[in-house]
Amino acid sequence: MDSFFSTYLWPAIVMIGQSLLLLVCLLVFIAYILLADRKIWAAVQLRRGPNVVGPFGLFQSFADLLKFVFKEPIIPSGANKGVFLLAPLVSVTLALATWAVIPLNENWVIANINVGILYVFAISSLEVYGIIMAGWASNSKYPFLGALRSAAQMVSYEVSIGFVIVTVLLCVGSLNLSDIVIAQKTGIGTMIGLPPSFLDWHWLVLFPMFIIFFISGLAETNRPPFDLPEAESELVAGYMVEYASAPYMMLMLGEYAAILLMCSLTTILFLGGWLPPVDVWFLNWVPGIIWFLIKATFIFFMFAMVKAFVPRYRYDQLMRLGWKVFLPLSLVMVIITAFVLKLTAGA
Amino acid sequence: MGLQAVFFYLFAFVAVASAFMVISARNPVHSVLFLILVFFNSAGLFLLTGAEFLAMILLVVYIGAVAVLFLFVVMMLDIDFAELRSGFLQYAPVGALIGLILAAELVLVIGGSVLSPEAAKSITMPIPSPAVRTNTAALGDVLYTHYVYFFQVSGLVLLVAMIGAIVLTLRHRENVKRQDISKQVARTPATAVEVVKVKPGQGI
Repeated sequence: MDSFFSTYLWPAIVMIGQSLLLLVCLLVFIAYILLADRKIWAAVQLRRGPNVVGPFGLFQSFADLLKFVFKEPIIPSGANKGVFLLAPLVSVTLALATWAVIPLNENWVIANINVGILYVFAISSLEVYGIIMAGWASNSKYPFLGALRSAAQMVSYEVSIGFVIVTVLLCVGSLNLSDIVIAQKTGIGTMIGLPPSFLDWHWLVLFPMFIIFFISGLAETNRPPFDLPEAESELVAGYMVEYASAPYMMLMLGEYAAILLMCSLTTILFLGGWLPPVDVWFLNWVPGIIWFLIKATFIFFMFAMVKAFVPRYRYDQLMRLGWKVFLPLSLVMVIITAFVLKLTAGA
Repeated sequence: MGLQAVFFYLFAFVAVASAFMVISARNPVHSVLFLILVFFNSAGLFLLTGAEFLAMILLVVYIGAVAVLFLFVVMMLDIDFAELRSGFLQYAPVGALIGLILAAELVLVIGGSVLSPEAAKSITMPIPSPAVRTNTAALGDVLYTHYVYFFQVSGLVLLVAMIGAIVLTLRHRENVKRQDISKQVARTPATAVEVVKVKPGQGI
């Protein structure tokens, strides 16, 4: 009985506790990320943004949550009921499930699996199902068009994201996310004799890939300027048209969890995860999670600025960018990276 | 071991049950969704055997790409399932034959490894222990080091198939305006704008 407790029960309790803690922190963070998104957009347009609920509107997202939860969920009579209700669940579960392998600090990860980056890639490629199911089950024209668009869009941009990840993996030699961060402790900065600094991170060595990954991340998470699945000027709200109250909130939550995941992934792959920017004692003293959050929030700030600045792409331009620009570019970069690594390894 | 067995039966039961639902669901879209559930649970079974790389690739390739396109097509087509069902029995012998062949092959493979594990191992690559070489690296050894030419040939076959598909479907229709971005970027004021001096009251 004692061995049962120590081998099964206690690890299970620890894991559930860790997951709950991460989940709660993540949801609160998403609430403020949502607010930040609206505030930044407002600031660019010289508006104030939400400023009524709480000081500076800080409790706006929680007020929205209450509103969504207490409203009546409306299911269209022509809708395929089961799939209609399953879609938001799929979307939010998948978006949150990926966070199990994200290392927020050294050893701060719930599941430190060997194929971490593949797991993230696999689950984020499944996120398209939430959208397709929502669009199809609504049994209405605009949602269906939105779903078809997003299916084509996400499958297209996954290809270039895959190649970007491959170049990073070539440099690191491991699929483990923690190993990817630790590998960025040394790089071209230390190669020319400087102390470990932000110059070692992959963003400098793989600069074109960093840009491609950022833009593909925008497309993969249906952020503007690639938000064609929910283009409000043509499809009203795309696949979300028929959704109301709590299911709508879950679709939104899934979307923002996926956006935050993309920011964290950029941080891990290119900006050195939890590593401090310069190897100085007072910067090393700051906990790694703070650096991680600063970097991820900065990437999100860039996401929000792109939303505020850039007009929406036309659909054929979006496809052209994915297949005719990013795919060849990332493919060539994979080949170049492999050659450079092979030559330098031999020397 | 106990926990692994629990998860094995969970994944296996859901996989078999949803495989049954694939062929019995009335709505073709539901069938595809159940098919996705089968893939998902198979990935779980792969994980239990320690084939983590295969599990993730199954997720990325089959669920993330192939099944999405499959779902895409099934949603777009307006299939009349009652009509499709009407000729069901006339294909039953063919289906039964294929099922029989698959079952026989499964029995042969599993029976072989049960009767003499050494003989089964001698025809496959030795599997290195996970502590020495990770699953991903071991697969890489087999694919890119020991069987690199076979790998290249299979890549060539896929390339030919891809080119064939493009050749069959690519049509350049007449009278379709296409955007040529390099042409647009190369335009200068000299080629695009003409300055005309118009005398008052005369028009151009």
